[in-house]
Amino acid sequence: MKKTLLAAGLLSLLSFSSLAADYVIDTQGAHASINFKIKHLGYSWLTGGFNQFDGKFSYDAAKPEASSVAVTIKTESFDSNHADRDKHIKSDDFLNVSKFPEAKFVSTKVENLGDGNLKIMGDFTLHGVTNSIVIETQKVGEGKDPWGGYRAGFEGTTRIALADYGITYDLGPASTYVELMLNVEGIKQ
Amino acid sequence: MLKNTHDGYGWLSIVLHWLTALLVFGMFALGLWMVELDFYNPWYKDAPHYHKSVGIVLAVLIGLRLLAKVRQTSPSGLGKSWEQTTAKFVHYTLYVGLSSLFLSGYLISTADGRGIEIFNWATLPSMGEWFANQEDIAGEIHEWLAYSLIALVSVHALAALKHHFIDKDTTLIRIIKPLTQNKDIT
Repeated sequence: MKKTLLAAGLLSLLSFSSLAADYVIDTQGAHASINFKIKHLGYSWLTGGFNQFDGKFSYDAAKPEASSVAVTIKTESFDSNHADRDKHIKSDDFLNVSKFPEAKFVSTKVENLGDGNLKIMGDFTLHGVTNSIVIETQKVGEGKDPWGGYRAGFEGTTRIALADYGITYDLGPASTYVELMLNVEGIKQ
Repeated sequence: MLKNTHDGYGWLSIVLHWLTALLVFGMFALGLWMVELDFYNPWYKDAPHYHKSVGIVLAVLIGLRLLAKVRQTSPSGLGKSWEQTTAKFVHYTLYVGLSSLFLSGYLISTADGRGIEIFNWATLPSMGEWFANQEDIAGEIHEWLAYSLIALVSVHALAALKHHFIDKDTTLIRIIKPLTQNKDIT
Protein backbone atom coordinates (compact mmCIF):
# COMPACT_ATOMS: atom_id res chain seq x y z
CA MET A 1 0.00 0.00 0.00
CA LYS A 2 2.76 2.43 1.04
CA LYS A 3 4.77 1.57 -2.03
CA THR A 4 1.83 2.16 -4.35
CA LEU A 5 1.26 5.58 -2.77
CA LEU A 6 4.90 6.44 -3.12
CA ALA A 7 4.92 5.31 -6.74
CA ALA A 8 1.77 7.32 -7.43
CA GLY A 9 3.38 10.32 -5.76
CA LEU A 10 6.54 9.98 -7.79
CA LEU A 11 4.52 9.50 -10.94
CA SER A 12 2.50 12.64 -10.31
CA LEU A 13 5.68 14.59 -9.66
CA LEU A 14 7.12 13.23 -12.87
CA SER A 15 4.05 14.10 -14.87
CA PHE A 16 4.03 17.62 -13.37
CA SER A 17 7.62 18.23 -14.36
CA SER A 18 6.82 17.35 -17.93
CA LEU A 19 4.12 20.05 -17.94
CA ALA A 20 4.80 23.73 -18.58
CA ALA A 21 6.42 25.54 -15.67
CA ASP A 22 4.39 28.01 -13.64
CA TYR A 23 5.61 31.57 -13.28
CA VAL A 24 4.44 34.40 -11.07
CA ILE A 25 4.71 37.81 -12.71
CA ASP A 26 7.33 39.85 -10.88
CA THR A 27 5.22 42.88 -9.96
CA GLN A 28 6.93 42.83 -6.56
CA GLY A 29 10.24 43.79 -8.16
CA ALA A 30 8.44 45.82 -10.84
CA HIS A 31 9.89 43.80 -13.69
CA ALA A 32 6.57 44.04 -15.42
CA SER A 33 4.49 46.94 -16.66
CA ILE A 34 1.16 47.58 -18.32
CA ASN A 35 1.47 50.65 -20.49
CA PHE A 36 -0.84 52.32 -22.92
CA LYS A 37 -0.70 55.03 -25.48
CA ILE A 38 -3.52 57.01 -27.01
CA LYS A 39 -3.37 59.85 -29.47
CA HIS A 40 -3.88 63.35 -28.13
CA LEU A 41 -5.97 65.21 -30.71
CA GLY A 42 -4.17 63.16 -33.36
CA TYR A 43 -1.03 65.24 -32.84
CA SER A 44 0.97 63.15 -30.39
CA TRP A 45 0.94 60.00 -28.28
CA LEU A 46 0.00 60.24 -24.64
CA THR A 47 1.38 57.41 -22.52
CA GLY A 48 0.64 56.01 -19.10
CA GLY A 49 -0.12 52.76 -17.36
CA PHE A 50 -1.55 50.82 -14.49
CA ASN A 51 0.82 50.61 -11.54
CA GLN A 52 -0.87 47.78 -9.65
CA PHE A 53 -1.61 44.38 -11.08
CA ASP A 54 -0.68 40.78 -10.51
CA GLY A 55 -0.72 37.65 -12.53
CA LYS A 56 0.83 34.37 -13.43
CA PHE A 57 1.58 32.36 -16.50
CA SER A 58 2.75 28.94 -17.48
CA TYR A 59 5.25 28.48 -20.23
CA ASP A 60 7.41 25.78 -21.70
CA ALA A 61 9.75 26.70 -24.55
CA ALA A 62 9.32 23.19 -25.95
CA LYS A 63 5.56 23.51 -26.06
CA PRO A 64 4.61 27.21 -26.29
CA GLU A 65 1.06 26.50 -27.48
CA ALA A 66 0.33 24.95 -24.08
CA SER A 67 1.05 28.30 -22.38
CA SER A 68 -1.52 30.28 -20.49
CA VAL A 69 -1.61 33.60 -18.72
CA ALA A 70 -3.95 35.42 -16.34
CA VAL A 71 -3.54 39.02 -15.13
CA THR A 72 -5.70 41.13 -12.83
CA ILE A 73 -5.34 44.91 -12.87
CA LYS A 74 -6.37 47.35 -10.14
CA THR A 75 -8.00 50.09 -12.22
CA GLU A 76 -7.56 52.78 -9.55
CA SER A 77 -3.80 52.52 -10.13
CA PHE A 78 -4.24 54.25 -13.49
CA ASP A 79 -1.45 56.76 -13.89
CA SER A 80 -0.73 59.15 -16.73
CA ASN A 81 1.47 61.44 -14.65
CA HIS A 82 -1.14 64.20 -14.38
CA ALA A 83 -3.42 64.32 -11.33
CA ASP A 84 -6.35 66.18 -12.87
CA ARG A 85 -6.37 63.91 -15.92
CA ASP A 86 -5.99 60.76 -13.80
CA LYS A 87 -8.95 61.85 -11.68
CA HIS A 88 -11.02 62.38 -14.82
CA ILE A 89 -10.01 59.08 -16.43
CA LYS A 90 -10.85 57.21 -13.21
CA SER A 91 -14.27 58.92 -12.99
CA ASP A 92 -17.45 57.57 -14.55
CA ASP A 93 -16.67 59.45 -17.78
CA PHE A 94 -14.09 56.73 -18.48
CA LEU A 95 -12.94 53.80 -16.33
CA ASN A 96 -15.41 54.29 -13.46
CA VAL A 97 -12.99 52.62 -11.07
CA SER A 98 -15.30 52.76 -8.05
CA LYS A 99 -17.81 50.61 -9.93
CA PHE A 100 -15.26 48.52 -11.85
CA PRO A 101 -12.23 48.19 -9.55
CA GLU A 102 -10.68 45.37 -11.58
CA ALA A 103 -9.76 44.71 -15.18
CA LYS A 104 -8.45 41.32 -16.19
CA PHE A 105 -7.07 39.25 -18.97
CA VAL A 106 -7.38 35.47 -19.12
CA SER A 107 -5.89 33.63 -22.06
CA THR A 108 -8.01 31.10 -23.91
CA LYS A 109 -5.63 29.88 -26.61
CA VAL A 110 -2.01 30.35 -27.55
CA GLU A 111 -0.69 29.99 -31.07
CA ASN A 112 3.00 29.35 -31.65
CA LEU A 113 4.37 31.38 -34.55
CA GLY A 114 7.95 30.16 -34.05
CA ASP A 115 11.11 32.04 -33.05
CA GLY A 116 9.59 32.94 -29.69
CA ASN A 117 6.62 34.66 -31.32
CA LEU A 118 3.23 33.88 -29.89
CA LYS A 119 -0.31 34.88 -30.53
CA ILE A 120 -2.14 34.93 -27.21
CA MET A 121 -5.90 34.92 -27.54
CA GLY A 122 -8.00 35.64 -24.50
CA ASP A 123 -10.80 37.48 -22.76
CA PHE A 124 -10.10 41.02 -21.65
CA THR A 125 -12.50 42.58 -19.17
CA LEU A 126 -12.48 46.35 -18.75
CA HIS A 127 -15.22 48.71 -17.54
CA GLY A 128 -17.36 45.63 -16.90
CA VAL A 129 -17.28 44.54 -20.54
CA THR A 130 -15.50 41.39 -21.76
CA ASN A 131 -14.18 41.05 -25.31
CA SER A 132 -11.78 38.61 -26.86
CA ILE A 133 -8.51 40.15 -27.92
CA VAL A 134 -5.26 38.94 -29.43
CA ILE A 135 -1.94 39.91 -27.90
CA GLU A 136 1.00 39.74 -30.31
CA THR A 137 3.72 38.42 -28.05
CA GLN A 138 7.43 37.93 -28.32
CA LYS A 139 9.67 36.18 -25.87
CA VAL A 140 12.48 38.46 -24.75
CA GLY A 141 14.50 35.84 -22.92
CA GLU A 142 14.62 33.23 -20.18
CA GLY A 143 17.20 31.74 -17.88
CA LYS A 144 18.66 31.69 -14.40
CA ASP A 145 18.85 34.90 -12.44
CA PRO A 146 21.92 35.69 -10.24
CA TRP A 147 19.98 35.00 -7.01
CA GLY A 148 19.04 31.37 -7.48
CA GLY A 149 15.80 31.77 -9.38
CA TYR A 150 14.67 31.23 -12.93
CA ARG A 151 12.93 33.85 -15.02
CA ALA A 152 11.22 34.21 -18.37
CA GLY A 153 10.13 37.46 -19.94
CA PHE A 154 7.88 38.58 -22.77
CA GLU A 155 6.65 41.69 -24.45
CA GLY A 156 3.28 42.03 -26.06
CA THR A 157 1.11 44.55 -27.84
CA THR A 158 -2.56 44.79 -28.58
CA ARG A 159 -5.01 47.45 -29.55
CA ILE A 160 -8.47 48.01 -28.14
CA ALA A 161 -11.29 50.30 -29.22
CA LEU A 162 -12.69 52.25 -26.26
CA ALA A 163 -16.25 51.98 -27.57
CA ASP A 164 -15.98 48.17 -27.46
CA TYR A 165 -15.73 48.52 -23.69
CA GLY A 166 -18.58 50.97 -23.36
CA ILE A 167 -16.30 53.99 -22.96
CA THR A 168 -17.89 56.54 -25.24
CA TYR A 169 -16.59 59.89 -24.02
CA ASP A 170 -15.64 61.84 -27.15
CA LEU A 171 -11.88 62.41 -27.34
CA GLY A 172 -11.96 63.03 -31.08
CA PRO A 173 -11.69 60.83 -34.15
CA ALA A 174 -7.98 60.09 -33.70
CA SER A 175 -8.43 58.90 -30.12
CA THR A 176 -11.00 56.14 -30.35
CA TYR A 177 -8.55 53.35 -29.66
CA VAL A 178 -5.73 52.62 -27.25
CA GLU A 179 -2.51 50.71 -27.87
CA LEU A 180 -1.46 48.51 -24.97
CA MET A 181 2.19 47.71 -24.48
CA LEU A 182 2.88 44.92 -22.03
CA ASN A 183 6.15 43.89 -20.44
CA VAL A 184 6.09 40.80 -18.32
CA GLU A 185 8.77 38.94 -16.42
CA GLY A 186 7.84 35.85 -14.45
CA ILE A 187 9.70 34.03 -11.69
CA LYS A 188 9.45 30.25 -11.93
CA GLN A 189 7.70 28.70 -8.95
CA MET B 1 -16.39 103.51 9.84
CA LEU B 2 -13.67 101.15 8.67
CA LYS B 3 -13.65 99.03 11.79
CA ASN B 4 -16.38 97.08 13.52
CA THR B 5 -18.18 98.61 16.49
CA HIS B 6 -20.23 97.03 19.22
CA ASP B 7 -23.37 97.62 17.15
CA GLY B 8 -22.34 96.95 13.59
CA TYR B 9 -19.72 96.05 11.04
CA GLY B 10 -17.21 98.45 9.52
CA TRP B 11 -16.53 98.79 5.80
CA LEU B 12 -13.61 96.35 5.93
CA SER B 13 -15.80 93.51 7.21
CA ILE B 14 -18.68 94.48 4.91
CA VAL B 15 -16.56 94.53 1.74
CA LEU B 16 -14.76 91.30 2.65
CA HIS B 17 -18.10 89.62 3.41
CA TRP B 18 -19.74 90.45 0.09
CA LEU B 19 -16.60 89.81 -1.92
CA THR B 20 -16.48 86.36 -0.31
CA ALA B 21 -20.16 85.79 -1.10
CA LEU B 22 -19.66 86.77 -4.74
CA LEU B 23 -16.60 84.54 -5.16
CA VAL B 24 -18.14 81.58 -3.32
CA PHE B 25 -21.25 81.56 -5.51
CA GLY B 26 -19.16 82.16 -8.63
CA MET B 27 -16.78 79.33 -7.76
CA PHE B 28 -19.65 76.94 -7.00
CA ALA B 29 -21.31 77.67 -10.35
CA LEU B 30 -17.99 77.50 -12.22
CA GLY B 31 -17.14 74.21 -10.54
CA LEU B 32 -20.49 72.64 -11.39
CA TRP B 33 -20.25 73.83 -14.98
CA MET B 34 -16.62 72.99 -15.70
CA VAL B 35 -16.80 69.31 -14.71
CA GLU B 36 -19.48 68.76 -17.35
CA LEU B 37 -17.58 70.41 -20.21
CA ASP B 38 -16.75 68.11 -23.08
CA PHE B 39 -13.23 67.66 -24.40
CA TYR B 40 -13.71 69.96 -27.39
CA ASN B 41 -15.29 72.82 -25.46
CA PRO B 42 -13.11 75.97 -25.74
CA TRP B 43 -13.35 76.33 -21.94
CA TYR B 44 -12.21 72.76 -21.21
CA LYS B 45 -8.72 73.92 -20.24
CA ASP B 46 -9.39 77.50 -19.10
CA ALA B 47 -12.37 76.91 -16.80
CA PRO B 48 -10.41 74.72 -14.34
CA HIS B 49 -7.48 77.15 -14.62
CA TYR B 50 -9.66 80.07 -13.50
CA HIS B 51 -11.39 77.91 -10.87
CA LYS B 52 -8.01 77.11 -9.32
CA SER B 53 -6.66 80.66 -9.64
CA VAL B 54 -9.74 82.29 -8.13
CA GLY B 55 -9.81 79.56 -5.46
CA ILE B 56 -6.34 80.54 -4.28
CA VAL B 57 -7.26 84.24 -4.30
CA LEU B 58 -10.36 83.37 -2.24
CA ALA B 59 -8.23 81.38 0.20
CA VAL B 60 -6.01 84.44 0.73
CA LEU B 61 -9.11 86.60 1.15
CA ILE B 62 -10.50 84.26 3.82
CA GLY B 63 -7.13 84.38 5.56
CA LEU B 64 -7.35 88.18 5.63
CA ARG B 65 -10.94 87.99 6.88
CA LEU B 66 -9.97 85.76 9.75
CA LEU B 67 -7.12 88.11 10.57
CA ALA B 68 -9.50 91.10 10.47
CA LYS B 69 -11.95 89.17 12.63
CA VAL B 70 -9.48 88.46 15.42
CA ARG B 71 -7.93 91.93 15.26
CA GLN B 72 -11.16 93.86 15.90
CA THR B 73 -14.31 93.56 17.96
CA SER B 74 -17.30 91.67 16.63
CA PRO B 75 -20.72 93.29 16.93
CA SER B 76 -22.79 91.65 19.64
CA GLY B 77 -25.28 89.02 18.57
CA LEU B 78 -28.91 89.74 17.92
CA GLY B 79 -32.00 87.64 18.61
CA LYS B 80 -32.66 84.91 21.10
CA SER B 81 -29.87 83.11 22.88
CA TRP B 82 -30.23 79.92 20.80
CA GLU B 83 -30.24 82.02 17.63
CA GLN B 84 -26.98 83.69 18.63
CA THR B 85 -25.37 80.35 19.47
CA THR B 86 -26.54 78.83 16.19
CA ALA B 87 -25.35 81.85 14.22
CA LYS B 88 -21.89 81.60 15.80
CA PHE B 89 -21.77 77.87 15.09
CA VAL B 90 -22.77 78.44 11.44
CA HIS B 91 -20.18 81.21 11.03
CA TYR B 92 -17.36 79.06 12.40
CA THR B 93 -18.49 76.06 10.35
CA LEU B 94 -18.44 78.21 7.23
CA TYR B 95 -14.85 79.23 7.96
CA VAL B 96 -13.76 75.67 8.71
CA GLY B 97 -15.68 74.35 5.68
CA LEU B 98 -14.15 76.91 3.34
CA SER B 99 -10.66 76.17 4.63
CA SER B 100 -11.21 72.42 4.13
CA LEU B 101 -12.53 73.17 0.65
CA PHE B 102 -9.33 75.04 -0.20
CA LEU B 103 -7.16 72.25 1.16
CA SER B 104 -9.05 69.49 -0.67
CA GLY B 105 -8.96 71.46 -3.93
CA TYR B 106 -5.24 72.02 -3.55
CA LEU B 107 -4.67 68.31 -2.91
CA ILE B 108 -6.48 67.28 -6.12
CA SER B 109 -4.29 69.21 -8.51
CA THR B 110 -0.98 68.85 -6.70
CA ALA B 111 -1.15 65.05 -6.29
CA ASP B 112 1.24 64.59 -9.22
CA GLY B 113 3.86 66.96 -7.78
CA ARG B 114 2.87 69.84 -10.06
CA GLY B 115 2.11 73.21 -8.53
CA ILE B 116 -0.98 75.29 -9.31
CA GLU B 117 -0.73 78.23 -11.68
CA ILE B 118 -2.36 81.37 -10.27
CA PHE B 119 -3.51 83.37 -13.34
CA ASN B 120 -0.03 82.77 -14.81
CA TRP B 121 1.26 85.26 -12.23
CA ALA B 122 2.88 82.72 -9.98
CA THR B 123 2.87 79.05 -9.09
CA LEU B 124 1.70 77.66 -5.77
CA PRO B 125 4.08 74.71 -5.29
CA SER B 126 2.95 71.15 -4.73
CA MET B 127 3.75 69.41 -1.46
CA GLY B 128 3.68 66.05 -3.19
CA GLU B 129 1.36 63.12 -2.72
CA TRP B 130 0.26 62.80 0.91
CA PHE B 131 -1.76 59.61 0.48
CA ALA B 132 -2.64 57.05 -2.19
CA ASN B 133 -5.24 57.98 -4.81
CA GLN B 134 -5.09 61.51 -3.47
CA GLU B 135 -6.71 63.10 -6.52
CA ASP B 136 -9.76 60.80 -6.23
CA ILE B 137 -10.26 61.04 -2.47
CA ALA B 138 -9.62 64.78 -2.32
CA GLY B 139 -11.96 65.17 -5.29
CA GLU B 140 -14.79 63.35 -3.52
CA ILE B 141 -14.30 65.44 -0.39
CA HIS B 142 -14.09 68.67 -2.41
CA GLU B 143 -17.39 67.96 -4.17
CA TRP B 144 -19.17 66.87 -0.98
CA LEU B 145 -17.89 69.90 0.94
CA ALA B 146 -18.99 72.27 -1.83
CA TYR B 147 -22.59 71.04 -1.72
CA SER B 148 -22.64 71.06 2.10
CA LEU B 149 -21.26 74.60 2.22
CA ILE B 150 -23.84 75.91 -0.22
CA ALA B 151 -26.55 74.26 1.91
CA LEU B 152 -25.13 75.96 4.99
CA VAL B 153 -24.86 79.29 3.15
CA SER B 154 -28.56 78.98 2.33
CA VAL B 155 -29.34 78.54 6.02
CA HIS B 156 -27.11 81.55 6.76
CA ALA B 157 -28.92 83.71 4.16
CA LEU B 158 -32.41 82.55 5.14
CA ALA B 159 -31.64 83.32 8.77
CA ALA B 160 -30.56 86.86 7.78
CA LEU B 161 -33.80 87.35 5.84
CA LYS B 162 -35.81 86.01 8.78
CA HIS B 163 -34.13 88.52 11.10
CA HIS B 164 -34.79 91.33 8.65
CA PHE B 165 -38.40 90.66 7.71
CA ILE B 166 -39.82 88.83 10.72
CA ASP B 167 -37.79 90.01 13.70
CA LYS B 168 -37.18 93.40 12.04
CA ASP B 169 -33.74 93.76 13.62
CA THR B 170 -30.47 95.09 12.15
CA THR B 171 -28.85 91.71 11.34
CA LEU B 172 -28.99 92.24 7.57
CA ILE B 173 -28.68 96.04 7.54
CA ARG B 174 -25.47 96.05 9.56
CA ILE B 175 -23.65 93.84 7.05
CA ILE B 176 -24.77 96.16 4.22
CA LYS B 177 -23.67 99.49 5.70
CA PRO B 178 -21.94 100.59 8.91
CA LEU B 179 -24.38 101.66 11.60
CA THR B 180 -23.75 104.84 13.53
CA GLN B 181 -24.68 104.91 17.19
CA ASN B 182 -28.42 105.29 17.80
CA LYS B 183 -29.05 106.21 14.19
CA ASP B 184 -30.30 103.89 11.48
CA ILE B 185 -31.33 101.40 14.14
CA THR B 186 -34.99 100.66 13.76
